[in-house]
Amino acid sequence: MLAGMATSASAQDTTLTIATVNNGDMIRMQGLTDDFTDKTGHKVEWVTLEENVLRQRVTTDISTKGGAFDIMTIGMYETPIWGANGWLVPLDDLSDDYNADDILPAMAGGLSHDGTLYAAPFYGESSMIMYRTDLMEKAGMEMPEAPSWSFIAKAARAMTDRENEINGICLRGKAGWGEGGAFITAMSNSFGARWFDEDWNAQFDSREWSDTLNFYKNMMDDAGPPGYATNGFNENLSLFQQGKCGMWIDATVAASFVTNPNDSEVADSVGFALAPDNGLGKRSNWLWAWALAIPAGTQNEDAAKEFIEWATSTSYIELVAEKEGWANVPPGARISLYENENYKDVPFAKMTLDSILSADPNNSTVDPSPYVGVQFAAIPEFAGIATDVSQEFSAAYAGQQTIEEALEKAQAITNDAMEAAGYR
Amino acid sequence: MARAVSNNRKLLNTVIAWTIGILIFFPILWTILTSFKTEAQAIADPPVFLFFDWTLENYEVVQERSNYARFLWNSIIIAGVSTILGLIIAIPAAWSMAFVPSKRTKDILLWMLSTKMLPAVGVLYPIYLIFIELGILDTRIGLIVVVMLINLPIIVWMLYTYFKEIPGEILEASRMDGASLKDEILYVLAPMAVPGIASTLLLNFILAWNEAFWTLNLTAAKAAPLTAFIASYSSPEGLFFAKLSAASTMAIAPILILGWFSQKQLVRGLTFGAVK
Amino acid sequence: MATQQSRSAARMMLAPAVVLLLAWMLVPLIMTLWFSFRKFLPLRGGDLGFAGFDNYTRFISSSAFWPSVQTTLIIVGGVLLITIVLGVILALLLDQPMWGQGVVRILVIAPFFVMPTVSALVWKNMFMDPVNGLFAHLWKFFGAEPIQWLSQESLTSIVMIVSWQWLPFATLILLTAVQSLDSEQLEAAEMDGAPYLKRFWYIVLPHLSRAITIVLLIQTIFLLSIFAEIFVTTGGAFGTKTLTYLIFQRVLESQNVGLGSAGGVYAIILANIVAIFLMRIVGKNLDT
Repeated sequence: MLAGMATSASAQDTTLTIATVNNGDMIRMQGLTDDFTDKTGHKVEWVTLEENVLRQRVTTDISTKGGAFDIMTIGMYETPIWGANGWLVPLDDLSDDYNADDILPAMAGGLSHDGTLYAAPFYGESSMIMYRTDLMEKAGMEMPEAPSWSFIAKAARAMTDRENEINGICLRGKAGWGEGGAFITAMSNSFGARWFDEDWNAQFDSREWSDTLNFYKNMMDDAGPPGYATNGFNENLSLFQQGKCGMWIDATVAASFVTNPNDSEVADSVGFALAPDNGLGKRSNWLWAWALAIPAGTQNEDAAKEFIEWATSTSYIELVAEKEGWANVPPGARISLYENENYKDVPFAKMTLDSILSADPNNSTVDPSPYVGVQFAAIPEFAGIATDVSQEFSAAYAGQQTIEEALEKAQAITNDAMEAAGYR
Repeated sequence: MARAVSNNRKLLNTVIAWTIGILIFFPILWTILTSFKTEAQAIADPPVFLFFDWTLENYEVVQERSNYARFLWNSIIIAGVSTILGLIIAIPAAWSMAFVPSKRTKDILLWMLSTKMLPAVGVLYPIYLIFIELGILDTRIGLIVVVMLINLPIIVWMLYTYFKEIPGEILEASRMDGASLKDEILYVLAPMAVPGIASTLLLNFILAWNEAFWTLNLTAAKAAPLTAFIASYSSPEGLFFAKLSAASTMAIAPILILGWFSQKQLVRGLTFGAVK
Repeated sequence: MATQQSRSAARMMLAPAVVLLLAWMLVPLIMTLWFSFRKFLPLRGGDLGFAGFDNYTRFISSSAFWPSVQTTLIIVGGVLLITIVLGVILALLLDQPMWGQGVVRILVIAPFFVMPTVSALVWKNMFMDPVNGLFAHLWKFFGAEPIQWLSQESLTSIVMIVSWQWLPFATLILLTAVQSLDSEQLEAAEMDGAPYLKRFWYIVLPHLSRAITIVLLIQTIFLLSIFAEIFVTTGGAFGTKTLTYLIFQRVLESQNVGLGSAGGVYAIILANIVAIFLMRIVGKNLDT
């Protein structure tokens, strides 16, 4: 009843419907919506969904031109594809105050199609190593700033203490292209593997892929947590916060969660390092941004742009800093943040920026590849294929099939789907 | 059963049945308990059962983050109206099948049930397109219609099985007395059918309340019911067992309470004519 | 006995329900059939023309198809078996004289009120989590290695979760049937010295057959389309991909509506095979 009255009373004002993912930074933004409403008079309705549900929800809506949302939270994978289809409003006319040139080039590049920005980054991330300084010391080792995989594997085994439920290393193994699929793809880059050769042939029959998976599984079996084949970002985060992981290689945004004493039992003993490499010139870190985009055809385009300018601006960053401290501002989107004196004291700031700068979506593999993207290939078919493939990998991690079987199936699935899509 | 039973036997029955009952109920109980713990207590090893510092903090966080009242209201409207609408359409249909059966009655009945076997996700795009065309995306009315249609076969069937138990002779007699069709339904049938209708209403309200595919995929902000509320808590960052429990408790509490109060009605409603 | 007039009135009363359900069935069905013959890729610009039987051959020849049919049948069969066997036992138990029968009955039916998403979330995180789950604590307490439920025992886990949700339904229907059992007949058999199992087999079970059929029918309809339990727990990995889930992946993750629609048609065919099979037994038992 109340809700009904509220909507009818405010019918003449603009109300924006925004679909977003239930990550910490977005939930914080939700809490600060009043600031936007005070400044512009526009009201905001939030549709907060878990990542997988969000993705299916917004994709259905935009591909059918449903118009249920005025702003959608999407990532680096969707933006170029949707932008190319003409489904998104170009963001090339944002105000001067907004200073679009301040967006980190790596982010702007990944959120553009043909040089036009289609989504504004709310926060950006790469991946890096977060490790327990106390456990590393106990193991008698020292983490270099840019370690190799063989060092990581050695350290992981040395830090593992099964009696006390301490696992040397926690990594994603969960099926899903954005979960374990993203991790293993980024990791495979450092082993010299690639998804496709230049003629779009699947490459899972290569030595490099088999090395990647074998290395991963051996290390995780020895030093990973039980049931790692079902662990994604959230599961590992909570393990790390409970002090059950020696090392964790994952999204740079996690740094603020593991160093926050309210949530983390190990907040004061976390160190950071670049994601490992294998001496082949590519590291195993990814590049991602959660960004705000406006579906073409919305009635409230101007108000939606105002919102995007508000949410991804430097003044929003200052607003969060004022309320929650600099460590909790949305990272990885703007150059000026990393030039800010206040932010320099944040322990993970430099490593985050270095990680972001070391990932190159246009040149992510050792051997040449035809696709853009580090932990994904920015083609419409990828999400479906990679989900199937990562399910096969997860089954291999859990010991339900051998790595050879998983790779064979992955090869067949990928080639079949690419054939269906007309690439081969 | 009028058999004399020794107290020992009764005690044994009681112990076994209570043990099983509590085991079956335990996941719900545990969820409710966990919702009053802090995140750290929620994963404590060994688990804490009753002796912890009870806190409402999780409920405050959930309440702060989402407008629970609106989700709840949408759930009530969608489940309630769709069930009542379904009954209005199903009562005449079930009546006619029960009292004026034809050769095809059973076929029609089984066909109706079989419409429930189509996989919903296969028709998501068609239905979504129709909803856009009709302009009823993210409206309660659209969802009411869909949820009503999903449950209609079950409603018809349940009512049919009740109506069939009503002896035909009574109707014959009333007809002999010159009662019109209207009188027959209003004064003879209705009183006998009320318990059956009530339990049908209850069961289908529960089914409508728990329908999660369409209610999630055809709504955004305005018409989203509790199933969408839950979808925003399923994997937040970091430790979340306690908050998840609080959100879960809030999502199932209304229906659980309703179910408990109407338990007797429901038990009768679930016979589906299984008792002859 | 029914007059011509009441016959036509009856038809009128039946019409709205039949017409509505016919529309609800036919419109999506026709659209599904239409899409299944099209190359319809929303991310590549929508409808790209006629595809012949490509979608059909591709869907059925994919390595995921037969395993998914098998998984569907295992889950449906497993849940049916568990809920019916436990349901009969519980119904017989709850029918016995005891203290607090009403409360126990409430405890037993409670899971039926829980949304599938919520129950899947609760089971996955609070019980089956290999580190923090209650089962892991329990196993460790007894000095055993905790089971990695969702990866190593994935199908068992899902059957467990779904059975927990549907056991109350089966129990209730069977309970009402047990309550109508003719106790004199049973007592007579007891007097004659028939052992419990024999009484159960020759008197109780035949009496319950109709109720069991109903449980079988209603549950199959709901179980064929379970989705949330898989989406939340394993995401289709570890051999838990049912046909419904496979279609979901094709339509929403691969964004291939044509292929997914062809899958939908196969699912309808499978549902109909199951339905015919069911109708055979149900139809016989429903005859009055």
